[in-house]
Amino acid sequence: MTIKKHVKIGLSALALSVSLNAMADEHPIKVGILHSLSGTMAISETVLKDTVEMLIEQQNAKGGVLGRELEAVVVDPASDWPLFAEKARELLAQEKVDVIFGNWTSVSRKSVLPVVEELNGLLFYPVQYEGEESSENVFYTGAAPNQQAIPAVNYLMNEIGVERWVLAGTDYVYPRTTNKILETYLMDMGVAKEDIMINYTPFGHSDWQNIVSDIKRFGSAGKKTAVVSTINGDANVPFYRELGNQGIAASDIPVVAFSVGEQELSGIDTGPLVGHLAAWNYFMSVDSDANYDFIDQWIEHTGNDEAVTNDPMEAHYIGFNMYIEAVKKAGTTDVDAVKDAIIGVTVPNLTGGYAAMMPNHHITKPVLIGEIQDNGQFSVVWETPSTVAGDAWSDYLPGSRDLIADWRKPMSCGTFNTKTGSCGASAGEMAAADE
Amino acid sequence: MGILRSLTLLLIALASVLSLPATAQDEDPGEQLLFNLAEAPASKVEEAINAIVSSGDERARGWIEAYGNNRLSRIKDTGQVVLVLNNRGRDWEIANPLTGENMGDMSRRELDRVAINNRIRGQLEGILAMLDLNAADPDVREASAQDMMGKVDASLVAPLEARLEQEGSARVRNRIEEALAIYRVGEGNLEAIDVLAGSLHPRARAALNEAVRGDNPALATKAKQALGTIEQKLKLNRAAETLYFGLSLGSVLVLAAIGLAITFGVMGVINMAHGELIMLGAYTTWGMQQLFPGQPGLALILSIPTGFMVAATAGIIIERSVIQYLKGRPLETLLATFGISLILQQLVRTVISPQNRTVVTPEWMSGSLVINDALSLTLNRLYVLAFALVVFATLMLIMRKTRLGLEVRAVTQNRNMARSMGIRATRVDIMTFALGSGVAGLAGVALSQLTNVGPNLGQNYIIDSFMVVVFGGVGNLWGTLIAGLSLGTINQLLEPWAGAVLAKIIVLVFIILFIQKRPKGLFPQKGRAAEG
Repeated sequence: MTIKKHVKIGLSALALSVSLNAMADEHPIKVGILHSLSGTMAISETVLKDTVEMLIEQQNAKGGVLGRELEAVVVDPASDWPLFAEKARELLAQEKVDVIFGNWTSVSRKSVLPVVEELNGLLFYPVQYEGEESSENVFYTGAAPNQQAIPAVNYLMNEIGVERWVLAGTDYVYPRTTNKILETYLMDMGVAKEDIMINYTPFGHSDWQNIVSDIKRFGSAGKKTAVVSTINGDANVPFYRELGNQGIAASDIPVVAFSVGEQELSGIDTGPLVGHLAAWNYFMSVDSDANYDFIDQWIEHTGNDEAVTNDPMEAHYIGFNMYIEAVKKAGTTDVDAVKDAIIGVTVPNLTGGYAAMMPNHHITKPVLIGEIQDNGQFSVVWETPSTVAGDAWSDYLPGSRDLIADWRKPMSCGTFNTKTGSCGASAGEMAAADE
Repeated sequence: MGILRSLTLLLIALASVLSLPATAQDEDPGEQLLFNLAEAPASKVEEAINAIVSSGDERARGWIEAYGNNRLSRIKDTGQVVLVLNNRGRDWEIANPLTGENMGDMSRRELDRVAINNRIRGQLEGILAMLDLNAADPDVREASAQDMMGKVDASLVAPLEARLEQEGSARVRNRIEEALAIYRVGEGNLEAIDVLAGSLHPRARAALNEAVRGDNPALATKAKQALGTIEQKLKLNRAAETLYFGLSLGSVLVLAAIGLAITFGVMGVINMAHGELIMLGAYTTWGMQQLFPGQPGLALILSIPTGFMVAATAGIIIERSVIQYLKGRPLETLLATFGISLILQQLVRTVISPQNRTVVTPEWMSGSLVINDALSLTLNRLYVLAFALVVFATLMLIMRKTRLGLEVRAVTQNRNMARSMGIRATRVDIMTFALGSGVAGLAGVALSQLTNVGPNLGQNYIIDSFMVVVFGGVGNLWGTLIAGLSLGTINQLLEPWAGAVLAKIIVLVFIILFIQKRPKGLFPQKGRAAEG
């Protein structure tokens, strides 16, 4: 009996010392990176993986956070939407990561949503998207439509005097939802139906002759015409090339793009495109010291003197720093504590201002309109006087007009209906129901 | 507010005092002009530009042009306005705008761009066009008169009319008259409509459309009539344009499919890696352009033979290492070559980059061939169309007129008989596969001018290629040509009213139904060979 007791005490002492030891060497904070490194989206997502790795390196050089190192766990979902869900599960259940930075396309985010909600993970999503979503476990550091599309249309309407609109996009959820919002918005502003032309093309479309010629015809009706482009990915390169070849200059029909950044332009000769526009929350050409430092670090990290930075990279920069600040504030990496702590966290962005995390898990961003220059960069011609807070639920869609998201206690709801005063289904449940 | 304003006034005064000694020192009026432009708030920019233009300074044109091209910057420390010669990368090469003296490289951080936007750029174009109207070359004069269309305002009418008096070239006269007419229609001038009635230019149409909507009934009726005549002419042009678009898309399909018509059609090998052979050809073009920097045209021409060789070599390797062991087992060939296609894609991703590569379009291939104001044929597609026809004709010659062609046909018709006649069937296999692959490489060279050069290039064309070959009739090169061109045209005819996505679906459904009816395609092989 006594021997047994002794053994027991000895064992528990051992266990205690082991657990103390574990606390002493403090295992690293694991940061999951869920970006496609192969397949169609590799072109856009690979740089984001590199960005997060660079940020982790820098943070470790500063001594990590809470005295703990950060460690990247990289997986490759290979541009395969269902695989995104599997990889997210792997990251959360097996690797036990503390936070995930990842996704590009909306469809991949929708596929990951149920998993992240089920396993109570944290996901930072860095790309401009169509809105209509707010999840307890997701932080949207890219622009919602009111932080990109609506201000851009206002600029065209008020500063350029555009009266006739071509809404051209790739055929999937982001352009379709954005165009629906824009169409309602334009009609609310008194634009006639026949002054709006909507056109969708498949992913990777390369034969733009007919569409560009249609746009040219549409634009010769005597009213100032502009193209609002939600064309995604590398389909933009042949589109712009065709615009140049058919001689559509920005002074005749300006094209304002929501998915064309420095990365996409690095694939073409921008000479004929000078003056066409893009709306983002960050441009590589922004004149601020934070930005110049970031570019220097990025070029050093990639070892490529020609490397460009873009808007989703800035979003990861902001998201990463917000996460670090939230962990410091909470004093732990516990998901629920970080989720509560991060609301209200404010960090510098790269355009010389600050970004704050709002209760709806979207952030505040300045909206910039830039014109393409002949060196593949944008020059800012207009910006919002102050930052704009992201709106999860658009005010211009019938179903979502009355919804708000607020993840602060006691409300803690992503789909709160202000008319009925009740909380709807979670984003993950809705995404699962869609499938 | 009041304090702020007086503070800014003070600052401006201070700035001008500070700049005064400099101006006094070298007494160059240009410095003050540029300083005013750089300092001007948005509302005063026009004034500053006009001051530069009316200064009569011979450097004015260069300044205006540099400003329009975003090449004017100020050094943050000194406020000096400089010309940016090279604005790529982190250090910009700058020069003194007054003397043209090169000032070397300066970090971008030290420079502040003189802001410009589309509105101002539009005005600058008008000013530059006005200056160019006096150029010696009538082509330049015509282009600038065309630029003036829609940009004429009251202040420009008198100089334009004066220019019209002296103008000798009829083409330029027409343009100036049209430019003036657009302005006059806006002012309610009825006769001006007659001038515009013959014009197919979009800006002329825009002006007439505006008149139709305007509140002057006489003008509106007349403008409507003029638009009617124009519409008639436009319809013809539009039909020609659609036909051209169709042929151009068709030529791309033919190019992509014709190599497959040989490997799949003639040899019967289902090669899923065909698309990746196209990709290799496109990457060869990129590689050649890296070897010959600054000479994209030469590199492109040299990549025609190189692209062929690279893809043909890859084809031989694939044939020798995999396909020859799977003869007569189509399902396994399909799977194996699909594997090869994935390997090749990932190889390019790892070795070169997952990012698309920039292939430069040579000067002589960009822009378009202008037939009239409503119809212009884009040059890059015109070249690709011609290239496709040349490749097709050459292949036809090889298959019909050479010993290789004869042997290939013999081996496909009856392998054993051909072998007993002394033809080395294995060698013929290799040569045929190399030929088909090489042609895929040529397609890649051409496609590099139309689409993105990236690891996924091949994937986008493999389905279309098989569709064209099957539709045309397996084993028939003419079938491939006709099938490619007609599918392209059908697609482009459908696109305006069905949209790009639906047009593709309709074409696919059409082919499925067609194959149900005629399983052997448009031009089935006849005779005993067809059964074999």
